[in-house]
Amino acid sequence: MATTTIDPTAPRTAGTDAGSARARRVRRRGSTGPFGGPSVRLTLVMVLFALYALAPLAWLLINASKTQQSMFDSFGLWFSGKFALLDNLHQVLTYDGGIYVRWLANTILYVVVGAGGATVLATLAGYGLAKYDFPGKRAVFATVLGAIAIPGTALAVPTFLMFSQLHLTNTIWAVIVPSLVSPFGLYLVWVYALDAVPTEILEAARIDGSGELRTFLTIGLRLLTPGVVTVALFAVVATWNNYFLPLIMLNDPNLFPLTIGLQQWNLRATGVNATPIYNLVIAGSLLAIVPVVAIFLSLQRYWQSGLAAGSVKA
Amino acid sequence: MSVTGRPETKVSAAVVLTDASPATSLPRRRRSLAGLWFVVPFLAVFLFVLVVPVLYSLYLSVFQDKLIGGRSFVGLANYSQLFSDPKFWDGLGRVALFLAVQVPVMLGLALVAALAIDSGRLHGAPFFRMSVFLPYAVPGVVAVLMWGFMYGDQFGLAGNINKLVGHELLTPLSPQWILVAIGNIVTWEFVGYNMLIFYSALRSVPSDLYEAAAIDGAGAWRVVFSIKLPALRQAIVIATIFSIIGSFQLFNEPNILRTLIPSVIATYFTPNMYAYNLSFAGQQYAYAATLAIVMGVVTAVIAYVVQLRGSREANR
Repeated sequence: MATTTIDPTAPRTAGTDAGSARARRVRRRGSTGPFGGPSVRLTLVMVLFALYALAPLAWLLINASKTQQSMFDSFGLWFSGKFALLDNLHQVLTYDGGIYVRWLANTILYVVVGAGGATVLATLAGYGLAKYDFPGKRAVFATVLGAIAIPGTALAVPTFLMFSQLHLTNTIWAVIVPSLVSPFGLYLVWVYALDAVPTEILEAARIDGSGELRTFLTIGLRLLTPGVVTVALFAVVATWNNYFLPLIMLNDPNLFPLTIGLQQWNLRATGVNATPIYNLVIAGSLLAIVPVVAIFLSLQRYWQSGLAAGSVKA
Repeated sequence: MSVTGRPETKVSAAVVLTDASPATSLPRRRRSLAGLWFVVPFLAVFLFVLVVPVLYSLYLSVFQDKLIGGRSFVGLANYSQLFSDPKFWDGLGRVALFLAVQVPVMLGLALVAALAIDSGRLHGAPFFRMSVFLPYAVPGVVAVLMWGFMYGDQFGLAGNINKLVGHELLTPLSPQWILVAIGNIVTWEFVGYNMLIFYSALRSVPSDLYEAAAIDGAGAWRVVFSIKLPALRQAIVIATIFSIIGSFQLFNEPNILRTLIPSVIATYFTPNMYAYNLSFAGQQYAYAATLAIVMGVVTAVIAYVVQLRGSREANR
């Protein structure tokens, strides 16, 4: 066939049995490319990608199982000497009166309240914007979308100064309150709700005498679940991994999240009374990664469908 | 790499593919104040942590703090001081260079990975999708600590390799290579995230298109260039904008690496590090606020230009 022009608007070529048989075969294979079977060359390229992505994590795991001494005098990407993983983890959890556990608890608090709150606020607002008309809605929308483009740089210093005037710095609220706003989360829920929550169903509920909040809780929320899970998950990661905000807001080690605490441990290797505890930094880092990775892997189905559903609805 | 005060859930970038306007209200949509109540809690926090700080920094930027005499109004003096500050230009030039090289490399790799995973021609595609994405879940601090150790010549991989070949082959922490070393960390952290954005957009291409292409006898490359890349245009624009914002805010990576090599990375290595050090080491809050505003404007303008170019090309 000479022509390879592809017109998306053209109707499916009718009656070509070969074509539809081929399409069926394609679907059965579950792929979008009807162009031959698995390719070894392509797979090898992706193996390189995977190695790049995973090798540092392997390095972390391997070195978390070494004593500080054998870390210095053995090859980085293979085990060596005594298998000290459990030793290191034990030390991480007990060092300095168990401060790591404190940091872990702080991180969980910031994540639950901060990311949880961000998800709730974004869900309510996204649903409200998608399913209601009210005065000033356009302005709200424009402002929030504009905010996505505001770089945090422009905010960090003034937010710190403002919070310090309000005596909020060096409290948990200094980390939690700014985490509560997620313009992008709102945007995702809004887009998702436009499609996933049919207005007719809401009307039917109203006719049955259901209040607005009850309608939202019993019907809206259920239909929004994949979108909400996606927003929540990425809010969790953002809060768990947050570094800059707690760095500027906190100076009491008892309030630190893991990210700041680990960097503080790392700093002990330099300076006048340098006492490197690299084995603790590395084992502590490993421990800090595990929960996020576990959440991502276990909720894969939800967030991938949330992402896909979000982009499918174009 | 983002240093935003508010952790962002940027995941939904793929979603921006939609062009649906919020203002096109359906006739059946509820017209009432009830909707406002859903939005008010968000708006209240939004005003408090976003709008007010921006206004406050604008206010600060026209004052100057003096040890003697306190705070006084200086008009645009902070701005003119900034524009003739070599440290500012040094940092800005560095992030511009970083941006020009790292962003295309990272997005190019992400695109290749997304197309490969979507091609249906891989053994174990789900494994590759997950493993390439995994670094995104690693806290930036941990990523930098980890790479910093690996870059080191003590127990780092770089040191291992140098010992093996017998001379200083790899020196990622030297002044010549440090920017590349940082670029590598940032790429490692975010290539999977961008891959996922592209991949999600590719999944949204209706399968009829591929069937039609197959019937027309289009080859794999033809499909990539005629269907997949056009379908990805908006996602690419969005990913580019976020990467630009991220690059201009570069902070975590150099700031943490600085603890290893304070002589290589100056306190004004990036504009954001400069702003941080001005305010928290130097107490020059007004000047730092000025720097923050200028960087905000620069970023917004560039993001806007990219957006404009992206949509103009889409209309051609």
